[in-house]
Amino acid sequence: MYCYCKKHHILELFIRFILIQNRAGKTRLAKWYMQFDDDEKQKLIEEVHAVVTVRDAKHTNFVEFRNFKIIYRRYAGLYFCICVDVTDNNLAYLEGIHNFVEVLNEYFHNVCELDLVFNFYKVYTVVDEMFLAGEIRETSQTKVLKQLLMLQSLE
Amino acid sequence: MPAVSKGDGMRGLAVFISDIRNCKSKEAEIKRINKELANIRSKFKGDKALDGYSKKKYVCKLLFIFLLGHDIDFGHMEAVNLLSSNKYTEKQIGYLFISVLVNSNSELIRLINNAIKNDLSSRNPTFMCLALHCIANVGSREMAEAFASEIPRILVAGDTMDSVKQSAALCLLRLYKTSPDLVLMGEWTSRVVHLLNDQHMGVVTAAISLITCLSQKNPDEFKTCVSLAVSRLSRIVSSASTDLQDYTYYFVPAPWLSCKLLRLLQCYPPPEDGAVKGRLVECLETILNKAQEPPKSKKVQHSNAKNAILFEAISLIIHYDSEPNLLVRACNQLGQFLQHRETNLRYLALESMCTLASSEFSHEAVKTHIETVINALKTERDVSVRQRAADLLYAMCDRSNAKQIVAEMLSYLETADYSIREEMVLKVAILAEKYAVDYSWYVDTILNLIRIAGDYVSEEVWYRVIQIVINRDDVQGYAAKTVFEALQAPACHENMVKVGGYILGEFGNLIAGDPRSSPLVQFNLLHSKFHLCSVPTRALLLSAYIKFINLFPETKATIQEVLRCDSQIRNSDVELQQRAVEYLKLSSIASTDVLATVLEEMPPFPERESSILAKLKKKKGPGAVSVTELEDNKREGGELNGGSDRGPDTAAMASTPSPSADLLGIRSAAPIGAAPTSAGSLLVDVFSEAGPAAPSAAVNDDGFLRFVCKNNGVLFENQLLQIGIKSEYRQNLGRMYLFYGNKTSVQFASFSTTVSCPGELQSHILSMDFYFTCSLTKPVEPLVEGGAQIQQVLNIECITDFSDAPLLNIKFRYGGALQNLTLKLPVTINKFFQPTEMSSHDFFQRWKQLSQPQQEAQKIFKANHSMDTEVLKAKLLGLGMALLDNVDPNPENYVCAGVIQTKSQQVGCLLRLEPNAQAQVLHIDATALCLDKMNHCASIPPVISGAALKTCKTRHGHTSSEDKSCVGKESISQELRILQKGDKQD
Repeated sequence: MYCYCKKHHILELFIRFILIQNRAGKTRLAKWYMQFDDDEKQKLIEEVHAVVTVRDAKHTNFVEFRNFKIIYRRYAGLYFCICVDVTDNNLAYLEGIHNFVEVLNEYFHNVCELDLVFNFYKVYTVVDEMFLAGEIRETSQTKVLKQLLMLQSLE
Repeated sequence: MPAVSKGDGMRGLAVFISDIRNCKSKEAEIKRINKELANIRSKFKGDKALDGYSKKKYVCKLLFIFLLGHDIDFGHMEAVNLLSSNKYTEKQIGYLFISVLVNSNSELIRLINNAIKNDLSSRNPTFMCLALHCIANVGSREMAEAFASEIPRILVAGDTMDSVKQSAALCLLRLYKTSPDLVLMGEWTSRVVHLLNDQHMGVVTAAISLITCLSQKNPDEFKTCVSLAVSRLSRIVSSASTDLQDYTYYFVPAPWLSCKLLRLLQCYPPPEDGAVKGRLVECLETILNKAQEPPKSKKVQHSNAKNAILFEAISLIIHYDSEPNLLVRACNQLGQFLQHRETNLRYLALESMCTLASSEFSHEAVKTHIETVINALKTERDVSVRQRAADLLYAMCDRSNAKQIVAEMLSYLETADYSIREEMVLKVAILAEKYAVDYSWYVDTILNLIRIAGDYVSEEVWYRVIQIVINRDDVQGYAAKTVFEALQAPACHENMVKVGGYILGEFGNLIAGDPRSSPLVQFNLLHSKFHLCSVPTRALLLSAYIKFINLFPETKATIQEVLRCDSQIRNSDVELQQRAVEYLKLSSIASTDVLATVLEEMPPFPERESSILAKLKKKKGPGAVSVTELEDNKREGGELNGGSDRGPDTAAMASTPSPSADLLGIRSAAPIGAAPTSAGSLLVDVFSEAGPAAPSAAVNDDGFLRFVCKNNGVLFENQLLQIGIKSEYRQNLGRMYLFYGNKTSVQFASFSTTVSCPGELQSHILSMDFYFTCSLTKPVEPLVEGGAQIQQVLNIECITDFSDAPLLNIKFRYGGALQNLTLKLPVTINKFFQPTEMSSHDFFQRWKQLSQPQQEAQKIFKANHSMDTEVLKAKLLGLGMALLDNVDPNPENYVCAGVIQTKSQQVGCLLRLEPNAQAQVLHIDATALCLDKMNHCASIPPVISGAALKTCKTRHGHTSSEDKSCVGKESISQELRILQKGDKQD
C-alpha cells in the first residue's frame, strides 16, 4: 500500500519567515523558520521590501518571490509579510496575518508601530503563541489573549 | 483590557530605545550604541554580582542592539544564566536571546540543554512552553539528540496542559524536520493520531501539522488519521457559525483547522471505506454549497476565511480526480470567481483552474471560460494575474482552440511585460509545435514570434523551427518563401536573419524558380543584413553563402568576391576569418561533386526532447530553494551566449561533430556507428548492443545489462578471475553477496576491493544527499589461494532515485603484475520496486493523474529479437513491477505497476508496453511520481526497455510520438521524449 500524493510539496508546506516592515524598509519583526545566515537574511529583507512596497491596492495580496510566495497585507505604514511555499493556501495565511494583527491590537490596545519598537521582546511572545515551527499553533484570539495576559501578570 | 505601556518593567531599556530613535545620524547612533556596549560590558565584568532584573535589562539591550544590525560578541553567558532564573520575565528574555542569537559554542549548548531539561521537567506549564518554543525555534541537531525522545512523552501524557501539548506537537515537528532519524514515533503513533479527536481545537490545530508531516513518511502507520480527519471535518463543516465560539472567525467555523484537515486528506487516496468516503463527499458538497449562500458578513475577512476552505476543498477534489460531479461544480465556482471584483479571487481562480484543466473530467468545463481568460490577459492591472491567465490559456489549450489561443498570446506579446515575455515566447513556441496541424501555420507562428519579440526568442526556439523544417519536407518550400518575405522588412531581428540564412542556405533552391527570389536576389537580400549582425550570425551567413555556391553555381563568382574581400579574409575575428579562408578555398579547388557531397542538404535531426520544453522547465524550476539556483541560471545563460553561440551552422559545415552540436538537442546522438562512449549516460549504455569489450582502463559493464532483470549469476569472468553475485532486495535496502573465484592455480596477493558510488564527488557541490549508499561489511582477505573462492557482503540503501550504478574496483597481484579492474555493479533503480496490484479502473485513473509532462517518459524502439509473449512477460516481471492482467483493453499491451522504495520517498510507477508486431516496434510509456530530476525520470524507461529487450543500436532516423504511423518506416527507429515542465505539482 502506498500513496500517490504530492509528497514533496506537502512536506514543504510551512512558513519560511514572517516579516513586519515599515514603508521605509525598517524591520519591526523578523521571525525565521528556516536556516539562513545573516547576510542572506539581510538580502531577503531588502528583496521583500522591494517587491511588496511597489504594489498598490488593486494588486493581489500575493507576490511570487524566488521559488516561494509572499502573502502580505498592509496596515497603515506597516507591511506584514509571510513567506510560504507556492502551493500553500493564500487566503488562509492572509487571514492568519489579520488574526495576528487583531491580537496585537487588542494586546497593545490600539497597536501602533512604536509599540512594536519598544516592546519588541513581547512581540516575539505573541508570535510564538500563534505560530510555531513555521506552522499555525493557535487561532483563537480569546485563548491567545488570555494566555498573554496571564504571562503579563507574571513577574 | 489593560494596555501594555511602553517598555514597561524596564525603564532603562525604554530610555535607550528612545535615545537611539532620537539619533540624528548613523554616526550618532553608532556612538550611542558603543557607549551602551561599554557600559554593559563593565557591568557584566564588574565585581558586584548583578541582580536578575539588571541582567535581564542588559541582555535585552544587547538583543535590541543585535536586531539593529550590530554584532554582539558577549553576553551569551549572562543570557544562559537567565534561563535558570525562576522568574518568568527573566527566563523569557534569556530564551529569546538564545533563540535569536544561536551560538554553536559547545560549552554553552550543554548549559542551555541543561536549563531546557530542567524546565521541561518542572511541571510548570509556562516554563515548559518557553523551553519547547526555544527548541522549536533553534531546532538544532544537538537539541534533537537531547530531547527527541522526551517530547513525545510530554505530548501524549494525560496530565499535560493543552497549551503545552500544542507546543510539544510543533516542537516535535521541527525536530523531525531537522533530524528525522532521531524522532521515533513507534509506540506513540496511535496516540498521536488520536489527538485529532482532542476536545481542544488548538491542540488539534497544532497536532495536525505534525500528523500531516509524519504521515508523508509513514502513510500506512498513520492511515487511521483519514477517517478521524473526515469525521472532525464533518463536525466542523456542519456546525452552525457560532457553535465553535472561540474558533469561529468572522462567522466561519474554524477556517484554519478546516484547511489543515483538507490538506491532510490530500496525503492519501480517496478513502476506501464507503461510509467514510460518503461522509467526505458530503462535506465537500456542503463547502461548495456554502459558497453559493449569501454572506453572513460584508467583511472581507468573512469571505476570505470561507474561500480559504473552498480553495482547499477544490485542491482535494482535484487531487482525487475521481468525482466528475464535484470537479465540474468546482470549475463552475471558479468560473464565477473569474469575474469577481476582488483581484485576489480572480488570481486564485485562474491558478486553481490551471490544475483543473489537466483533469479529463473538467477539461471541457474549463475551456468554456476561454473568453473570460483572454479578457483577463488583456485587461488585468496586476501582472501576476495576467501571468496566471497566460498559464491557464496554456493549460487549457488543445487542438480545438490552439489557433485562437496562440493568436491571443501572440497579440498579448506585443504589449506584455518584459518580465514574462521570454516565458510567453516559449509557451507559444511549444503550443504551436504541439498542436500544429499544418506546419505552415507553425512556421508562420514562429516567424511572428521573432518579429514581435525577437529579443526574447532564445536559441532553443529558433533551433527548433530549423529542426522541424529540416525534418519535414512538406514545409520546406513554404518556409523558404515565408522567411524570404520576412527578410524584406527594412528592420528585421537578428534571429530572423539567422533563421533566414539557415533556411535559404538549405532550401533556397525551392523558391529560386521565381525571378523575384532568384539566387542572386536571395543572396543580396541576406548579404544586405550581414554588416548589421553580430559575429555568430555572420559566421552562420558565411556558411549559408558556401551552401549557395553549391545550390546555385551562378552565384559562385559573386560570393567568392565577397569572401575574398579584406573585411572577410582578414577579419580580426578568428572564426570569421577562418571560415572566409576555408570556404573560399573549398569553392575554388573542390570539384562540383566534392562540393555537392560536402555541402549536401542536412540530414534530418534525430527526434529528441524538445529543447524548448527543457528550457521552459528550467525557467520555472522545480520547487527547490535558494539563491544558488538563481545564480546557476544566470551562469547557464552566460554559457549559452558565450561558449556555444555558433548555432546550427557548425553542423551545416558537415565537418567533425563539435560541442555546439549539443545545442541542437541531439545531446547524446553520437555519430552513427560510433561506440557509446559516455559512461555517465545509462541511456546510451542500455541501448547499445552489449557492445565490444570496453577498453581495459575503462569501466567494464559487459555483465551489467543482464542483471537488470535478475539478481543472481556471473557478473564477470576472464582467464584469472570469476565474480559471481547473489543479491536480494527488500524495500529500500539491499544486500549483495560477491563471490570472487581465483581460476588459476597461483595465489593472488594484495587482493583488495572498494565500492564507490558515482555522484559522491559531485554531491558536495550539487546537493547534500547521496542517491544511495553502499558499504562493504568487511574487507576481504588479502590472499586468495589458487582455485579458492572468497565471499564478501555489500549492504545497499537507496536514499533517493538515481541513475548511476555503484562501481566495484578490484586490485590484486597476479605473478607480480598488478591487476586493476572496475566493474559496474548491477544496482539499478528497479531493484527497489515493490510490485503493486491494481484494478483497471485504478490503473487508468492514476495513469491519468500522472499526466504532467515531467511525470512521463515515452520511448518507441525497434525490437531486434522476436517479440515473444512469454519472454516479454518474464522480462517485465524481472523488472520487479507487477504485471497486471486484464487491465489494458488491448490484450496485446502489457501494463505494470510498482512502487520504488527509497529512503526519502516512495515513487509510484506505471508502465505500458505496446508492441506493434507489423512494424516490429515497441512503444513504451512510463509514468512516475515525484521524480524531481528529469534525468532520473529519464533513467527509468531505458532501464525497463533495455531490460525488456536489448535493442536499438543507433540513433538514426526519427519518429514523432504524435505520429505513430511513421514508426517503423525507417529501418531503425527510436524515440525518447521526456517532457518536463517544472510545474508546481510534481
